[in-house]
Amino acid sequence: MLAEQISIFIENKEGRLAEVTAILRDADVNIRALSLADTTDFGVLRLIVNDNEKAEQALRKEGFTVGRTKVLAVEVSDEPGGLNKVLDPLWMQNVNVEYMYAFANPQCKNAIMVFRFDDHDKALEILEKHQIKVITTEDISRL
Amino acid sequence: MPIFDIDFETMPREGLEAIQLRRLQTTIARVYATVPFYRQQFDNAGITPKDIQSLKDLQHIPFTVKQDLRDNYPYGMFAVPMEQVVRIHASSGTTGQPTVVGYTRRDVDTWANLMARSLAAAGAGAGDIIHNAFGYGLFTGGLGAHYGAERLGASVIPVSGGNTKRQITIMKDFKPTILCGTPSYILHLAEVADDMGVDFKDLFFKSGIFGAEPWTENMRQELESKLHLKAVDIYGLSEIIGPGVSIECKEEQNGLHVFEDHFIVEIIDPETGEVLPYGESGELVFTSLTKEAFPVIRYRTRDISSLNPTPCACGRTFVRMTKPAGRTDDMLIIRGVNVFPSQIESVLMENQTIRPHYQLEVDRKGNLDTLTVKVEINEGVFSDDIKSLQTMENKIAHDIKEMLGVTAKVRLVEPKTIQRSQGKAVRVIDKRNF
Ligand SMILES: [Zn+2]
Repeated sequence: MLAEQISIFIENKEGRLAEVTAILRDADVNIRALSLADTTDFGVLRLIVNDNEKAEQALRKEGFTVGRTKVLAVEVSDEPGGLNKVLDPLWMQNVNVEYMYAFANPQCKNAIMVFRFDDHDKALEILEKHQIKVITTEDISRL
Repeated sequence: MPIFDIDFETMPREGLEAIQLRRLQTTIARVYATVPFYRQQFDNAGITPKDIQSLKDLQHIPFTVKQDLRDNYPYGMFAVPMEQVVRIHASSGTTGQPTVVGYTRRDVDTWANLMARSLAAAGAGAGDIIHNAFGYGLFTGGLGAHYGAERLGASVIPVSGGNTKRQITIMKDFKPTILCGTPSYILHLAEVADDMGVDFKDLFFKSGIFGAEPWTENMRQELESKLHLKAVDIYGLSEIIGPGVSIECKEEQNGLHVFEDHFIVEIIDPETGEVLPYGESGELVFTSLTKEAFPVIRYRTRDISSLNPTPCACGRTFVRMTKPAGRTDDMLIIRGVNVFPSQIESVLMENQTIRPHYQLEVDRKGNLDTLTVKVEINEGVFSDDIKSLQTMENKIAHDIKEMLGVTAKVRLVEPKTIQRSQGKAVRVIDKRNF
């Protein structure tokens, strides 16, 4: 039930990010969401795309180091407290967020949050119990 | 400028060569009788001490290399029983075993004389106050300069390395006139002085004696303009005796006079081992002529230099070696610590799953050597978690410090970004331009 994110190692050099997005554009890959975590010297670019296979191939060909990570994507309703509905039950049971980022669901007003938890199995179980919808890689590629 | 040992230092070449031959024959006979390693070397080459009839015959004797000293760790190369050894020093053992050297009472005496000569050549004499910032300890720099200063009749401040602010206070209060230390530390010290608002113009230095690491003419200019003194280069290796093998004279500051009454210097082609004529660049090779506890025969230093026999304005007749221009192998000297790329590689291997591509970048920032280790990321170690990548960088830096004793900044870089030359990664970029 997990979604997959691809991650890329990039050095903090001018124009590097634009190069990555250009490679994906040329490979006809659609970027749904993107987050960059960085230090002074390097960064890790995390991407949710419509076609992981194609994206990974194109980036590898250009010499990038590419990794895949399981993440949890959750639709959050567009109303006050929407995010808390998701996070509160997790937090209360000691599931911690390592990082998160968001993108808008093109089909409605809701946001899709992408989470990396320290314990995905436990997170899934809790979300299921609270009837929170988890979005899969297939769902994402259909968006 | 008074010459400390005028009889020897200005001796005509013929007389000098006669002394060299006599001392060489004595040394050869002694090591043959007392050091199994040398006896074996001679036997393998089919030479006996009697075959050394002229200085030229030295060329038939096999070289001694650093590894031979390591193989005989710790005392195998000593030519006297321990009862006669009064001092032990060791060189930094960054590739496994350090090299241990010993001195008899007479060796310590010889060394003090050579250092007294060196200090005098730099302009020091009785009445001078010597601020000795060379490290005291197993390293030969501190005690070498110390004994030389006392022999000269100067006053020595045994300040050693480190505690820089205190050193500057001492300079202001004790008014030393001669400064000794490694050039990179001294430049650092100059910066700290600057931060403290202390101007060397207001201090009392006449000369500085800098060594234990290679330094350039550019650095001389920097040292002289910042410190308001004359900067001279001193050369020596613990294997030969320590500092005081050769020294620049204050008059010319152009090449280091080798104390040839105690050492025979040769320049060889590092590939073929052939002895090269004056003026040609090659590897410095030394044979000690008076050392008792730890004589060396044709010891290959791996330092690149050339010899200049033209008479010098200072009056010394000893040949001059040019400032060492680099090393014959890829060893780096970073803040006085010997670093081999292969050592960094083994640290990386321990930290990674597959063979790493890396590059060492050495620079001089704020007058201290800096080492940056660039490592190409690969999918075996890549993680989407910044923290774990940073932890990896820190772990490698920590291990380098632990194993090599040198501080490094580790930087992960993208694959295939390290320069390659004919398919091979360029392992070292030295921006200090020696
Ligand atoms: Zn001279």
